[in-house]
Amino acid sequence: MLELKGIVKAFHKGTVNEKIALRGIDLRLEDGDFVTVIGGNGAGKSTLLNSIAGVFSVDEGSLHINDVDVTHMAEYKRAKYIGRVFQDPMLGTAGNMQIEENMLLALRRGKQMGLSWAFKENERELFKQQLARLDLGLENRLSSSMGLLSGGQRQSITLLMATMLKPEVLLLDEHTAALDPKTAEKVLQLTDELVKEHHLTTLMITHNMRDALRFGNRLIMMDNGKVIYDVRGEEKASLTVQDLLERFEVASENTLSDRMMLG
Amino acid sequence: MTNLIISTIAQGLLWALLALGVFITFRILDVADLTVEGSFPMGAAISAVLITMGVNPWLTVVIAGIGGMVAGAVTGWIHTKLKIPALLAGILTMIALYSVNLHIMGKANISLLRMDTVYSAIHSMGISNAVALTIIGVVVTVVVGLFLFWFFGTELGTSIRATGVNPQMIRAQGVNTDSMIVLGLLLSNGFVAVSGALIAQSQGFADIGMGVGTIVIGLASVIIGEVLFASSSVVRKLFGNSSFVLSLVAVVFGSIIYRIVIATVLYLGMPPNDLKLFTAILVALALSLPTWQGKFRRG
Repeated sequence: MLELKGIVKAFHKGTVNEKIALRGIDLRLEDGDFVTVIGGNGAGKSTLLNSIAGVFSVDEGSLHINDVDVTHMAEYKRAKYIGRVFQDPMLGTAGNMQIEENMLLALRRGKQMGLSWAFKENERELFKQQLARLDLGLENRLSSSMGLLSGGQRQSITLLMATMLKPEVLLLDEHTAALDPKTAEKVLQLTDELVKEHHLTTLMITHNMRDALRFGNRLIMMDNGKVIYDVRGEEKASLTVQDLLERFEVASENTLSDRMMLG
Repeated sequence: MTNLIISTIAQGLLWALLALGVFITFRILDVADLTVEGSFPMGAAISAVLITMGVNPWLTVVIAGIGGMVAGAVTGWIHTKLKIPALLAGILTMIALYSVNLHIMGKANISLLRMDTVYSAIHSMGISNAVALTIIGVVVTVVVGLFLFWFFGTELGTSIRATGVNPQMIRAQGVNTDSMIVLGLLLSNGFVAVSGALIAQSQGFADIGMGVGTIVIGLASVIIGEVLFASSSVVRKLFGNSSFVLSLVAVVFGSIIYRIVIATVLYLGMPPNDLKLFTAILVALALSLPTWQGKFRRG
């Protein structure tokens, strides 16, 4: 369960460049909710995910994961609750390190890293099993450097790493945007599989409205730092891209007129 | 002549500890840490002062190492807590250590002539000085090398390596990257100070100015090792997938090769005063190698 109450976040506060990225977000995700997030550039989608992950502290509001107050918890500390996949495939894995080393670090997410030898034979089997499901032939390349892999391969492994230890919340920040369409589709299918299999509470940002409709049981649309549309279940299933576009237009007209009034 | 060759190799082994320290920061953590210019003479100073007080020479090396670790931790703290760039944080500690080292020594130079050093015990068994240096050099380098191989294979060491490669990724796995950086700097400067202590004992004095240029010597060793040793296909085959072991061995070889190069140019008649200029040019050339190769390939 993830609960956000009145989250406000502004950047460059008190300067001429002040930008209010989130203007009071109230959002509650039940266990197993798979929420797709859409919205224009600068709507606050990434800021929302980054505030949940703790990349920066929020100005107002509170954040709870399974009734644990994480509002003021450091990013590395709340990592034990959160699995993340970034837009840039290079960010989710350490390029100069082996596939195995990346995976064993992910298997210890949120645990105290001690002085025991990091490589364990029984874990190798687990990594091989996990990699085998990608069907990319990576299961026999545990000691290959991550840097030798393609963006799609790295993103797939990042997904495995984010879900290997079941996270309370999975945050996907446009994780297929940098991939070619065919690879993107494979990664999305894998995402859907993993989310269903582990019953993961998930927030997935996407720019592709068709994907936003195809995946998940709930959809939220953001604009100008607010959630302007929240739809789930049957109602979401019956939505079309056309419906979403109309919503977008209405929303952007409103912001436009707001801006004109202020100007 | 044989004596010259042996003592050159011995020097290379003792300086290899400095190079391994620089390797930890420059290659593993991906920061250029100038603290070494202060922690190296600090190790020498601590060891020399304690030896003149009659402390066991090996114990002085250990205490020197602890001193270096404190210096590294200070740089780490300035960098991570005060948010000052690593390069500048290292410079600040380096400058501060100049005064600290003068306080430790009480004067600019301490002679260790006719005093007990880690080498004198072996030397007194009738073994030549150069061979004594080599024995100590081999033992210490192997011990430190094995320690580094073990440490960077542990969960903690792997986390430090990941911090240098991709801090965002390892933070997402719940690791405090600030602590990892402090730990890496601490470890690095510990070895650098040990190197300073062993060098001071080998040359028979500690001097306030002996840290000048150590970062460049360390970098030269790391890069020479990578270019001449680690990139050779024969060597690569020999080490297979254990690229970390290869890197460590390459650093040690780089340090020895550097000493051989220096000894050779001095033997050929280069004035010792030009040594630092020569080293700086050597490092600049080696560091710019990828750029040169790119230019040649483009034609």
